[in-house]
Amino acid sequence: MAITKQEVEHVARLARLELKENESELFTEQLSQILAQVEKLKNVSTENVAPCAHPFTVKDHWREDVSSGNRDTSGILANAPDREENLFKVPKVIE
Amino acid sequence: MTPAAELSACAIVKNVQSRNVSALAVLDAFLEKVKKEDIKVKAFLSLNEDQARFAAESVDEKISKGEPAGDLAGVPIAVKDNICVQGLNATCASKILENFISPYDATVIAKLRSQGALIIGKTNMDEFAMGSSTENSAFQTTCNPWDQNRVPGGSSGGSAAAVAGGMSPLALGSDTGGSIRQPASFCGVVGLKPTYGRVSRYGLVAFASSLDQIGPFSRTAEDCALLLQAICGQDPMDSTSSPLPVPNFREEMKRPMEGLRIGLPREYFGDGLDSEVRKLIMAAVETFKVQGAQVGEISLPHTDLAVPVYYILAPSEASANLARFDGVRYGHRSPGAKNLLEMVEKSRSEGFGPEVKRRIMLGTYALSSGYYDAYYAQAQKVRTLISEDFTRAFKEVDMILTPTAPTPAFRSGEKNADPVQMYLSDIYTISCNLAGIPGISIPCGFSQNKLPVGLQILAKPFAESTLLQAAYAYQKNTNWHLQVP
Repeated sequence: MAITKQEVEHVARLARLELKENESELFTEQLSQILAQVEKLKNVSTENVAPCAHPFTVKDHWREDVSSGNRDTSGILANAPDREENLFKVPKVIE
Repeated sequence: MTPAAELSACAIVKNVQSRNVSALAVLDAFLEKVKKEDIKVKAFLSLNEDQARFAAESVDEKISKGEPAGDLAGVPIAVKDNICVQGLNATCASKILENFISPYDATVIAKLRSQGALIIGKTNMDEFAMGSSTENSAFQTTCNPWDQNRVPGGSSGGSAAAVAGGMSPLALGSDTGGSIRQPASFCGVVGLKPTYGRVSRYGLVAFASSLDQIGPFSRTAEDCALLLQAICGQDPMDSTSSPLPVPNFREEMKRPMEGLRIGLPREYFGDGLDSEVRKLIMAAVETFKVQGAQVGEISLPHTDLAVPVYYILAPSEASANLARFDGVRYGHRSPGAKNLLEMVEKSRSEGFGPEVKRRIMLGTYALSSGYYDAYYAQAQKVRTLISEDFTRAFKEVDMILTPTAPTPAFRSGEKNADPVQMYLSDIYTISCNLAGIPGISIPCGFSQNKLPVGLQILAKPFAESTLLQAAYAYQKNTNWHLQVP
């Protein structure tokens, strides 16, 4: 199934990607080619087949709900593009 | 004594423990090799000389005091740059993480440190492990040590090339659809993808969480077992890690091949398989027959659906996992954006390369309203069918032998422009991740133009011992693994 340029631009917005004009065109072509390859999945009969989200069912092993140690936050905050004291700083959210 | 940089990992441990050579001398020998070889191979993104020297000195000190120094005492290990090592970059070969310094150790790294291993450096890869040639790195192109004009495979191409080029006796990679086994095949080394859940994923930058596993690269089966042993086991930090006990791989691998049942899936030997590769695989099968294994043809009927299923599921999971790269807490932030949304969009668009964008787009599309059932839900159901193929096959056989890749290493630039062609180079490795089973690639010969070819072995869930048993038996009777570029 071919994907249209309008759909590509819509998906880019959903994915929070800003595409350049030539990228939208290239992706329209390439994603159409890839989707043509996956088309054959639609013809597979999967009635009564359970979906597989994970290869094995591992029993959840929950830990006790207690905090474990004090992680030093300086290494984490050192990666922040912008910060104020121990907070991450971002541009205005609401105009 | 053999020069330190030519020793196997097992030999290094033995010699370091018995004080024939110091851990520091071993490290220096490999660092020297890196400085000589890596100018052309470009396997490493960064070296870790200071930390590694410190670790080597600490190993030597423990040994001089008669204290236990660990099962990997003095062994240099190269680490793919999507695995977190405290204090080092973890770039994932992406501009978006160019300046990210990991504030913590992945569980596998903590385990390696506790066993006296020396983290020698971080290796190149396809950006966020998306690719099959390591050409999608934002920083450099790694060459295949056997032929500079060819790719090392991917996405763990730097780790495979580091071991093949003799720059590190061991390396860690990650495998989501073949990213350890395919580069191992192209570079002529051993690469193992453990069963899903065998190794903790904590500290591995997530690509597709239901498929990702960390695994070892080495030259020999024995070295592979040594590294695998060190990284396996349940981890409270990864809820999908398995509580099953970890066997003693180096002991179990020495069991004879006699009576083991080997299946050759007919779907893996059809059109598209290079005739030279086919010949070498069939020759390897003969070696196993001579050792008393029983060989028969089997069928994995849903094989041709593996690539389509993978290219829905992996990008879908990736699109969710990579949503975290928004320029807020770490990674690239585009300067001068007027509001938060613009900042996020611009940061992601500037930071991600084309293949990563392509997969995020594909995954977002497959998960979007109106398409979810047709693509994502259907792919999950077909995944069940692929997995059931293996469950049925393993009722009849103990292991499955296939080529690792349809061809030897291809030329740099050959498949760059055509994503579909690139995706098809993983055609034999993807099913293993979908089913969660373990797989290994071992060198089984060379093409006429001297390019290594890999044999893939697959086994039941948690039967890594069986893979190593076959690899060990094969290497005892052949010398492909001893060839160096």
